[in-house]
Amino acid sequence: MDFHFTPEEEAFRSEVRSFLDENLPAGANTSDPAFIAEWTRKVRAKRWVGFSWPKEVGGGGGSIMQQVILKEEMAKRKAPPLGICFMGLAWVGPAIIQYGTEAQKQRFIPDILDGKYQWCTGYSEPGSGSDLASLNCKCVREGEEYVVNGQKIWTSIAMWSKWIILLVRTDPTPVSKHDGITCLLVPMDTPGITVRPIKNMSGGSMFAEVFFDNVRVPVENRLGEEGQGWQVTVSALAHERSSIAEVEGLRRKLEELKELARKSRKNGPRQPSGIYSGALEDDGIRRRIARFEAKIEGMRFNGMRALTKQLRGEPLGAETSINKLLRAELEVALGEIALEMQGSAGHLEREVDGGRWQRFALSWPEVVIGGGTPNIQKNIIAERVLGLPKD
Amino acid sequence: MNFGFTEEQDLLRQEVRKFLDAHCPLEEVRKLMETPDGFSRALWKQLGELGWVGLTISEVHGGAGLGWVDLVVVLEEMGATLFPSPFLATTIAAAAIREAGSAAQQARWLPSLADGSCIASLAFLEPSDRWDAADVALAGRAQGKGVVLSGEKVQVLDAPSADLFVVAFRSGDAVSLAVVERSAAGVTVEATPSIDQTRRVGRVRFENVAVAADAVLADANEATLGRVLDLATAAVTAELLGAAGAALQITVNYTKERKQFGSPIGRFQGVKHPLAEMLVDVESAKSILYYAAWCLDERDPDAARAVSLAKAYASEAFARIGVDSVQLHGGVGFTWEYDPHLYLKRSKWARPAFGDSDFHYDRAIAIGEQ
Repeated sequence: MDFHFTPEEEAFRSEVRSFLDENLPAGANTSDPAFIAEWTRKVRAKRWVGFSWPKEVGGGGGSIMQQVILKEEMAKRKAPPLGICFMGLAWVGPAIIQYGTEAQKQRFIPDILDGKYQWCTGYSEPGSGSDLASLNCKCVREGEEYVVNGQKIWTSIAMWSKWIILLVRTDPTPVSKHDGITCLLVPMDTPGITVRPIKNMSGGSMFAEVFFDNVRVPVENRLGEEGQGWQVTVSALAHERSSIAEVEGLRRKLEELKELARKSRKNGPRQPSGIYSGALEDDGIRRRIARFEAKIEGMRFNGMRALTKQLRGEPLGAETSINKLLRAELEVALGEIALEMQGSAGHLEREVDGGRWQRFALSWPEVVIGGGTPNIQKNIIAERVLGLPKD
Repeated sequence: MNFGFTEEQDLLRQEVRKFLDAHCPLEEVRKLMETPDGFSRALWKQLGELGWVGLTISEVHGGAGLGWVDLVVVLEEMGATLFPSPFLATTIAAAAIREAGSAAQQARWLPSLADGSCIASLAFLEPSDRWDAADVALAGRAQGKGVVLSGEKVQVLDAPSADLFVVAFRSGDAVSLAVVERSAAGVTVEATPSIDQTRRVGRVRFENVAVAADAVLADANEATLGRVLDLATAAVTAELLGAAGAALQITVNYTKERKQFGSPIGRFQGVKHPLAEMLVDVESAKSILYYAAWCLDERDPDAARAVSLAKAYASEAFARIGVDSVQLHGGVGFTWEYDPHLYLKRSKWARPAFGDSDFHYDRAIAIGEQ
């Protein structure tokens, strides 16, 4: 056990830090599109967009430790994302690198790295949520084209995307439900596609329903073999590997929460002078915050245990699912306690800190439900780690 | 960066597990817990010969010279089988002598602790039930160059079998440590039976016990005592998490076997989900503990916060696991014959030992606010 870094790793960390000193000065307006465009150009030039991808396809070829260091330093400084094609970088790109034809790689990978346009993900259907493999979107081959009919739902940023990575059923009567699924790459402006945004509980629209009515897709847009779609999806999602960035995000959130607890008067004991102390002096509030700290540290070191296994080439155990579950719990709980500490003003839209905690407390479902609900994560842990029989 | 155990540590774990499986499985633990001593002197002697009693004592004093990360490995295994022995007590007492004793004092006592010939224990807690080094109140009155101790210590680990006590006391503003033999005039030991029969604790009274100057540990002060408590807390947490993991495992095994409504009950989500939650807690608390143990070995400034977070999280988790594992066993969980109650009872000792969750959560936040 050793938490020290090698001189090479430390050198890389210094390189990242000096880059940040130079290009992300304090007070930089990271919501300014011009700033983001400039930032994206610079990190692309450093090859930090797609940093883990092989150099041959235009990635950075970064080692696992370098990836960790880069993510950590970026998260510590609240840096804008490395690249703007979120889903392209997270799983569409990795899937194309692994399963795509040479032509597909040349056509899509440079655009993903340059952030030319957005990708969205057509996996879930109204009848297939947690049980994704039961998906039913119809797809029939006619000559050199596939014809798609059906519906997807919870498709994030569908309204702003140029392409969709789509799972369809090419075999309606497979032996196992995981067979007979095929993965297609489809331009969103193909005739027959209709997007209907879904208004969510915070009032905005991040995801949408997507309808397919006789949508014709050239066979050359198939990713992997026909019937191989499940495998393509699963191995692409496995690229979502470490939770380093999430943990750093939660650690920062915890510091902000402590700040709120110092200034909030909710339940703070009354001093002899008549002044009320901050909520951090309230036993109940303070200990709940300490519990969050313990769980976030648990996540942090679970992540390091997983990372060590990865570096040793050992298979990953339960760490990923454990951290997903902890993160889900924390995302909800941090928002809840923040509003509770604001007392009677907790439900007011923008009375405290401009309403950022209210927005936070209404945004967790995206994270908590999006990556597989907590109950599904518990099933995964119970079955795959504890070896309990499948339900 | 490397956050895993070494091959040597993995091997050590296997050896300890093999030894305990062969010589002290739960059936044997059940026999030992009914005896007056509560542990096997023969096994204790073997443990000394294998070099495990002196695991963390330096080589010049006859120990193996290993660190707290290695100790965690051994204690997790001992916790898993609720191995009854004065190992934890002697290890903590040795740490106190190492941290606060002069070279001569270490040379005087550590060799007999390392080979197991002397069972020792840290006498810290007082009836005030405070785990802070600053709250030590047992009076040490100066007499010549030495001190005279008067007062009472409670919950002293393995007091009934201990030959030697390392006693925390106060003279004026200063907190210190004295090494006192059980046989010294004025020392009386009273066993205070625990509902956890695999764990022995006692009350130790000091009535005008004269301690020579050379038996007052030379570097004992609030800071060194604080570090001793951190080392002790990490050790307790390791043993606790070993026990919690085992309680989870026996419950998983049971729910795979036990059939109701035509299938093993482990198939039902109402059973599966609490088991998954237990694993999340055990593994996450272990991760923090491993980091804490590393910090202690490296004397990293983050050690105290890490120890407190680990103990706080682990105590709460084990308390719930103890209860849930009895519950998930259904009716048999309530019987003497099945094992869950042994772990449930251990959790009642472990939760408050060296500070409960409230104490350590408060401490972790206080450290962060400094």
